[in-house]
Amino acid sequence: MTVLAVAQRRAGTAFQRQGALAVLAVVVLIAFGAFPNFRSLDNAATILVAAVPPMLIALGMTFVIITGGIDLSVGSLYVLGGVLAAWASQYGLLAAIAVPLAVCGAIGLLNGVLIAYTGMAPFIVTLAALLGARGLMRAVSDEGSTTYIVQNDAFHALGTGSLLGIGNQVWLVAIIVLLGMVVLSRTRFGNAVYAVGGSEDAAALMGVAVRRTRIGVYVLSGLLAGLAGTINAAKLGSGVTVLGAGMELDAIAAVVIGGTLLTGGAGTIAGTVAGVLLLGVIQNLINQVGDLNSNWQQVISGAFLALVVVAQTYLVRLRRT
Amino acid sequence: MTTLALTTPHRADWLPKYGVYIAIAALVVYNAAFTPYFLTVSNLRIQLIQVAPIIIVALGMALVIGTEGIDLSVGAVMALAAALIPLYLGYGVIAAVIVSLLAGVAVGLINGALVAKVGLQPIVATLALFVGGRGLAVVISDGQLKDIRNADLIYLGSGDLLGIPVLVWTAALAILVVAFTVRRTVFGRRLLAIGGNRPAAELAGLPVQRVLITVYVLCAVLAAIAGLLSVGRIQSSDASSIGLLIELSAITAVVVGGTPLTGGRVRVLGTVAGAVLMQLVIATMIKNNLPPSTTEMVQAAIILVAVYAARERKTR
Amino acid sequence: MTLLEVAGVSKVFPGVRALDDVSFALRPGEVHALVGENGAGKSTLIKVLTGVYRPDAGELRYQGEPVSFATPMDAQRAGISTIYQEVNLIPLMSVAQNLFLGREPRTTLGLVDRARMDREARDILAGYGVTTDVRARLGSLPLGAQQMVALARAVMIDAKVVVMDEPTSSLEPREVETLFGVIQDLHERGIGIIYVSHRMDELYRICDTVTILRDGKLVHTGRLADLERVRLVALMLGREVSDVRREGFTVFSGDHAAADDTPILRVSGLSSRNRLHDISFGVRPGEVVGLGGLLGAGRSETIKAIAGAYPVDSGEIEVDGTPLRHPTTVKAVAAGIAVQPEDRKAEGIIPGLSIRENIALSILPRMSTFGLVSDAKIDEIVDRFMKRLRIKASSPHQRVGDLSGGNQQKVLLARLLATGPKVLLLDEPTRGIDVGAKAEVQALIDELAAEGLGVVLVSSDAEELVEGSGRVVVLRDGAVVGVLTGEDVTTESLLATIAEAGA
Repeated sequence: MTVLAVAQRRAGTAFQRQGALAVLAVVVLIAFGAFPNFRSLDNAATILVAAVPPMLIALGMTFVIITGGIDLSVGSLYVLGGVLAAWASQYGLLAAIAVPLAVCGAIGLLNGVLIAYTGMAPFIVTLAALLGARGLMRAVSDEGSTTYIVQNDAFHALGTGSLLGIGNQVWLVAIIVLLGMVVLSRTRFGNAVYAVGGSEDAAALMGVAVRRTRIGVYVLSGLLAGLAGTINAAKLGSGVTVLGAGMELDAIAAVVIGGTLLTGGAGTIAGTVAGVLLLGVIQNLINQVGDLNSNWQQVISGAFLALVVVAQTYLVRLRRT
Repeated sequence: MTTLALTTPHRADWLPKYGVYIAIAALVVYNAAFTPYFLTVSNLRIQLIQVAPIIIVALGMALVIGTEGIDLSVGAVMALAAALIPLYLGYGVIAAVIVSLLAGVAVGLINGALVAKVGLQPIVATLALFVGGRGLAVVISDGQLKDIRNADLIYLGSGDLLGIPVLVWTAALAILVVAFTVRRTVFGRRLLAIGGNRPAAELAGLPVQRVLITVYVLCAVLAAIAGLLSVGRIQSSDASSIGLLIELSAITAVVVGGTPLTGGRVRVLGTVAGAVLMQLVIATMIKNNLPPSTTEMVQAAIILVAVYAARERKTR
Repeated sequence: MTLLEVAGVSKVFPGVRALDDVSFALRPGEVHALVGENGAGKSTLIKVLTGVYRPDAGELRYQGEPVSFATPMDAQRAGISTIYQEVNLIPLMSVAQNLFLGREPRTTLGLVDRARMDREARDILAGYGVTTDVRARLGSLPLGAQQMVALARAVMIDAKVVVMDEPTSSLEPREVETLFGVIQDLHERGIGIIYVSHRMDELYRICDTVTILRDGKLVHTGRLADLERVRLVALMLGREVSDVRREGFTVFSGDHAAADDTPILRVSGLSSRNRLHDISFGVRPGEVVGLGGLLGAGRSETIKAIAGAYPVDSGEIEVDGTPLRHPTTVKAVAAGIAVQPEDRKAEGIIPGLSIRENIALSILPRMSTFGLVSDAKIDEIVDRFMKRLRIKASSPHQRVGDLSGGNQQKVLLARLLATGPKVLLLDEPTRGIDVGAKAEVQALIDELAAEGLGVVLVSSDAEELVEGSGRVVVLRDGAVVGVLTGEDVTTESLLATIAEAGA
């Protein structure tokens, strides 16, 4: 192998691991120069707060995708979680948090059990869960006609308060993301997640509890999506029934941009964080350009996704040869 | 081991094969008995008009799934086609139709190239246009709903030919063309072989990339047809709502119809039946005053049952 | 005392009795060879011993106690480890992670102690002759080193029984020596080893005892040293000793090429990145040219490069005097090249389609007018080839995935022949098929060469390669290191050339 080939391989690996971070840095630098309004602390806070729900959802999605699966139900679970949190807030702070987490976790469990025990494709099981959770949300909200208002001040304060000038929810997400990193890279469960995605058969023969691992990641994904909805309800003060369509695909996009392989077996949470922030910064910049139609955001996100994934594919290929 | 091969009993696979037809028959019988005005011409007409666009999109989806792929961008293609119609209607309905079909071809070429040439997973390749395509459609139409008054286009979406809606004729034609393509053409056989084992198809000298790109183009063109017919049916073009979530309905129809997601097989009539079944379920529930929430949960259950029944046992 | 034994065990699958009243006993410290042709029941027996299958009849005893393992994990926990033919580890994870997966050392906080894990992994692997960065992805290691990691992992978990299924098939000579050293060590520690291999030399070198299976039945068990080599083969194949002596192990008849013919396939200076370097050879009509060398020497890559399925940086390929520029699989087939890939299931057959669809796959344009397929034309071709290759099936509409390995291979060969090729590239044409089909496939190769086709043959079976080829091109590390011709085409000179090049 030539020195050049080694260098190329290293560059490929580095891009796959840190590519999203590098692009994020470049975009932020350009934005600093080009948009005066981007530079304010307020704006940074806006970006971070907006990134809270997608960050949580993408975090769960990262675990799922590393096992080689996919979870399409998270958008519905996000909305369901918000509606349930607002509805349950009449019974106190604890209920407002516990009810959505319990329900969304249970749906995640159902996804996991069906996928692990019946061998049905994750794509189709979670697609059914997407429909089922949406149906449940509508059933809870009188076919979407009732918007529950958060009736617990402590719960509302959780979503609107701040600590050291940074919103509570941002702190919370930061802690959860750090926890996620530790779990994925430093625990036996984390190793099992990589093993199942790397080669399910080999993992089973090596004594990894494949089914339990699979179930675990879908429960985690369901819980995080429900939590994202709960936090959003606390922030908005109500359970909004119309958001969330397409959230699952945004989350997948962020995870993929962050360098996690959709085929499973490799990926990092740091990459996912960069992917989420990158999409958030782009949206923010589009909002800065006043006369630009906000629909451009979708167009740019889509183009960006294609670009990153194509680049990734070529670099991975480069590394293999 | 030769004896093993010759006498392996074929597992009972009547459920994935005929389950959907049995379910349709059961629902028809139930409705004929208990639902007032179900077997009237006007009701059947409404049901057919509603299901026709889904069938057209699902046929393309079935072809893509037959290659072990998936196309999430069909809804976005419908929106793009719808957004382009009012811009070119001034040059006549034919020009407008051609332009919107060309938009479908363009999207299909992009999807196909990403899948076949770059080698992306279909779900990611088409996700890009799912995200970006509808955005572009809304940008093209300035985010506005536009009324359509062109009589020719309205005829395509709402008119009758020999007492049957043009929309239904179009869907029927699409079914025939797709069924014929799958069963009788070189392209159809190659498509199934590629879905069954792509590396083998490549080594056998099949033009794999060309076939894959053609499949994605066909799927997108069918979606574009569904999009422009929908514009003619509702007599307005609203890029932000046309074809929203139709990818889910189409995938559901294909899967419920017994086409395995693992590729290598396409059930054309099954797909049509799958779409009809889901339409009947929704209609039955509406007529029995069940809310949409229940309908969605029932749909979820049907998808799971269908896939569970059709799942391939692990043989490799 | 026996360590692990089965008595009177039977296992029936729909339509076949895979094991019929078989008994087998393994003593501590014994290296026990388990031999038999494909389909003889070896793998079924191993799966019964390691908890993958439950026997329909008979008893499994471990350390004197009757046991029943529900899963392979149960067997593993009890001390029965298996090393499979293909390395069953996780290529994307690090070497150390693979070694410790599920048993990672942990800190007091319950987190994985990476420093300790890496340190211990380095120490353990050093004992197996593997010195590598244990934090590197496993997939970046050579196959032999991966196999050693698998072995280290199996032995690490206090194994009392180690089952090795063709462990040397992907090893280089030096690595084989290391493996035998490890086996010797295990033997001295009183660990029982079940050793499955087709390589006679290895068996006679390291095994104490042998058990021979044929058609699911036990045909012989006893000390290996007491059993003459030719007798072992005869028992395995169910033939008379005298037949084996007379006919050899294969049915090839000899060379059909005329020396002065111009090559039908000419390959010159074929290079591809860092896998193939300046490979040149020619094949005349009627000639079978063997490609020799170890696994990873570049044999399959060469075949695929000629077939347009492997990227080529430079070099020329000429079929019947016509150069093939920028080869793709489509162009190669059109030029008259037909390739039978090594992995039949992954790259050869289309299991979900019928026999007739599989056979007609490459010639669909010829079977159709204006893109419409003519079933009558296909039936005619399919009928002809099913008869000629004696494909056994209930009908041409049977799914190829349901056929036996030998019949699948024949269907694949029928697809190649249907294209009317000038050159056949065969990569391990007889691997994984039963004795009868093997002889038929070998006879067919012979017959095709006699009809004037140029054949390139890759086979890991040295006998088959030597007896089947008129000339053998020996590869190592992606380059030609020698060509055997005429009288030189013998197993000895083949092995000598491979070994020489290695030194």
